[in-house]
Amino acid sequence: MAQFEKANSVYEWLDQRLALTKLTKVLMTEYWIPKNINFLWAMGVVLMTMFKILLISGIFLLMYYKPDTKLAFDSVNYTIMQEVWFGWLWRHMHGVAASVVFLVIYIHMFTGIYYGSYKRGREMIWLSGMLLFVTFSAEAFSGYMLPWGQMSYWAAQVITNLFGGIPFIGDELVIWIRGNFYVADATLTRFFMLHVLLLPLVIMGIIGLHFYSLRIPHVNNQEGEEIDFDAEAEKFKAGRKAEAKVIPFWPVFISKDLFVLGVFMIFYFYLVFYHYNFAMDPINFDPANPMKTPPHIYPEWYFLWSYEVLRGFFFDVGPLSAMDIGLMAFGIANVIFFLMPWLDRSPVVAPAHKRGPFFIWFWVLLVDMIVLTIWGKLPPTGINAWIGFFASITFLGLLLVALPMITKQEAKRAGGAA
Amino acid sequence: MRELKILGVVILFTLITYWGVEPFAHSQMHAHHEPATFKYEDITPLGKKGNPQRGAEIFANAGCTGCHSVKSQNLPAPMDPVAASASYGVNPPDLSDAGALYDPKYLAAVIKNPAHAMKLDHKFNENRPFPMPNFYGVGGDLDQEVADIVAYLQSIAPKEVEPKEAFVNACGRCHDMKYDNWYVIGPKPKMDTELEEAQFNLKHAEYQENLKKYLGTNPPDLSMYIRSRGHEYIRDFIEDPQKILHGTAMPRVGLTEEATEKVVTYMENVGDRKKEKRESLGPLVLLYFIIFALLAYAWKQKVWRDVH
Repeated sequence: MAQFEKANSVYEWLDQRLALTKLTKVLMTEYWIPKNINFLWAMGVVLMTMFKILLISGIFLLMYYKPDTKLAFDSVNYTIMQEVWFGWLWRHMHGVAASVVFLVIYIHMFTGIYYGSYKRGREMIWLSGMLLFVTFSAEAFSGYMLPWGQMSYWAAQVITNLFGGIPFIGDELVIWIRGNFYVADATLTRFFMLHVLLLPLVIMGIIGLHFYSLRIPHVNNQEGEEIDFDAEAEKFKAGRKAEAKVIPFWPVFISKDLFVLGVFMIFYFYLVFYHYNFAMDPINFDPANPMKTPPHIYPEWYFLWSYEVLRGFFFDVGPLSAMDIGLMAFGIANVIFFLMPWLDRSPVVAPAHKRGPFFIWFWVLLVDMIVLTIWGKLPPTGINAWIGFFASITFLGLLLVALPMITKQEAKRAGGAA
Repeated sequence: MRELKILGVVILFTLITYWGVEPFAHSQMHAHHEPATFKYEDITPLGKKGNPQRGAEIFANAGCTGCHSVKSQNLPAPMDPVAASASYGVNPPDLSDAGALYDPKYLAAVIKNPAHAMKLDHKFNENRPFPMPNFYGVGGDLDQEVADIVAYLQSIAPKEVEPKEAFVNACGRCHDMKYDNWYVIGPKPKMDTELEEAQFNLKHAEYQENLKKYLGTNPPDLSMYIRSRGHEYIRDFIEDPQKILHGTAMPRVGLTEEATEKVVTYMENVGDRKKEKRESLGPLVLLYFIIFALLAYAWKQKVWRDVH
C-alpha cells in the first residue's frame, strides 16, 4: 500500500496520487526517439494537430448543424456560414483540414513504406495505422454527406450502391445501410451519427493503440539501424547527449516537430483563407437534388485512386461483368496495404535507396497512384479508360506480384551475404 | 540539405497531383467557352439618334404601360406579380432603370423582336408567341421610333443603380435569393400571424407554378451561386446563357458589363457575405504562424545544439 504523507504543494499532493513525475518521464522526458531522423518523422504530430482541429471545429459546427434533409443545407450555408460568429472560419477550417489530413496521411504512409517501418516488430504500428486510414476514410465520407449538397447526395448514392455488388446479401445490405430504398433523410441522420459519435470514438481508440504500438519496437530511423534503446538512453541521461543515438520526446524531438508544424500551419491557413475550393468543391454549394444528376460524379481527391481501380476494369471478361471485376479490384485495393508487412518477404529494414529494385518499385508505385488519382477524376472515355485500365492492372501487379518477387530476391541476397 | 531535398520531392509530387485533379481535370470536364465581351455583336445598331421627348410620347402611345410599370415616373404596375405571372408567365419588369442597366443596342433589338434578342427562338414561334409582342411602330420610321424610345428610357434612368436593384430588375422576377429575403414576388415582410405567412407562401407558390408552366422548370434560388459557379462563370453566363447551357429557357437579358458586375457583386454580398472578414483576418493568422514557426525554429536550434 502506498504511503501518503502531508504534501507541501499542490503538485506534490497530485504526484502522490497520480504519479505525475513518473508519468511525465514515461510519456515525455524519457520516451526515447532515434536522433537520426528527418522532418518526415514530424508527420505524426502534424496529424495529431489536424485531428484536434477537426475535433474542435467539429464541436462548434455541431452546435448549429441540423441533420435533416430539409434543413441541413441552409444550416450549413446560411446559419453557420453567415449568421454564427466566425462560423465561416470553423467550417473552412473543418473542410480544409479534412482534405489536407489525407495529404499528410499519404506522406506518412509513403514514409513508412520508403524506410521499411512496417516490419521487424513494427507490424502492429503499420496495422493500427492502416486501421486509422480506413476509419478516417469512413469519417471523411460520412462528413461529406452532411452539407447535403449535390455531390453529398450523389456520392452517397454511388458509394452505398457499391455494396449491392456483394454476392447474395448485396441488395438487402444497401437498404440496411441507407435505412431506406434510396438515399434519404434516414441515410443522412445515420451518417450524421457515424460522423459525430461512433467513428470519432473508434478513431480516438485506434490513435491510442497506434501510439501504444510504438512503445515496444520504437520509432524507426533514417537508416533502419537497430538501436539498443536502453543503452543509448543511459548515455543520454549520463550527459553524453551528442554521442547518444536517441533523444527524448520532450523537449528535443518536440522542438523540431513544432517547427515543422509551424511551417505546415502556414500552408494550412493559407489554404483555409485563400485557396479552399479544392477541399470544398463548388458543386456541393448546389443543394441536393435527386432529380438532377450532375454531369460528372467524382469523390474527393483522396479517394480517386481507389475509385479509378473500381472504374478501370470497364469491359466484361468471359462470365465476369466489368462491374464485378472492378468491385473485386476495388475491394483488394482497399485492403492490400494492410498486407504490406507480409507482401514484403525480405527481412531487410533500410531506406528504399539502399534496397536496389525496391527503390524502383517504390517510385513506380507512387507515380502509378498519382496517375490513378488524376485519371480517377477525368471522364472515363476514349484513351482515358485505357490509361485507367493499365494503371489499375499495374497497381495490382505491383503489390501482388512485383513486391513479393523483388523482396524474395532481396531476402536471398541478404541471406547469402550473411 | 538532405531535408530540403526530401521537402522538394514531397512538394513536387503534391503539386503534380494537385495540378492533375484540379486545373487539368476541370479543363477536361468543362467545355471551353469564349469569355464574355458584352459587345452583343450579333445585333446590328440602328444608326439613328433618338429624341427622348418624342420617345416619351411614343412610349405613352404604344401601350408599353399596359404591362410595364415605370415607378420613377409614377406609372404603377397594372397587375400584382401573381396576376401578371398568370397572364404572361412572368411578371414584366419595371422600366425605371432599364436605360441604365441594359445595353442600348440590346434594348432596341428587344423592342423590335423580344424573343430573337433574348435568343429564345427555339422556344417561341408563331404558334407559341412570346408574351411581349414585336413593336411595329406607330406610323413613322420604325428604327427612328425605337431609337426615340431607347433615348427616353435612358433619359429617365438614374445615374447609379445599386447592386441589389440591378439583380432585382434583371434576375429577381425568376430567381429567389432567399438568403437575402428576396423572393420572385418581392421581399418577405415581417409577419405577425401564421395566416399572413401562409398567404405569402401561397402567393409565392402560385407565382412559381406559373413560372414553371412558362419556362418548363423553376429557376434555381441563387443564394449560393457565387460559391457554386464563381464570378467568371456567372459573368459569361449572363452575357449569353445559350453559349454555355445550350437550349436553356433562360433569356439573354442584355445587361451592360457594368450592370453585370453589379449583379455579381450583389450575389457575392449574399452568398459570400464574409469575404471581407476572411480577407482581413487571413494575413493576421498567417503572421501568427510565421512568428510561431520562427520562435519554434529558434527553440529547436537551442535544444539541438547539445545533442549534435
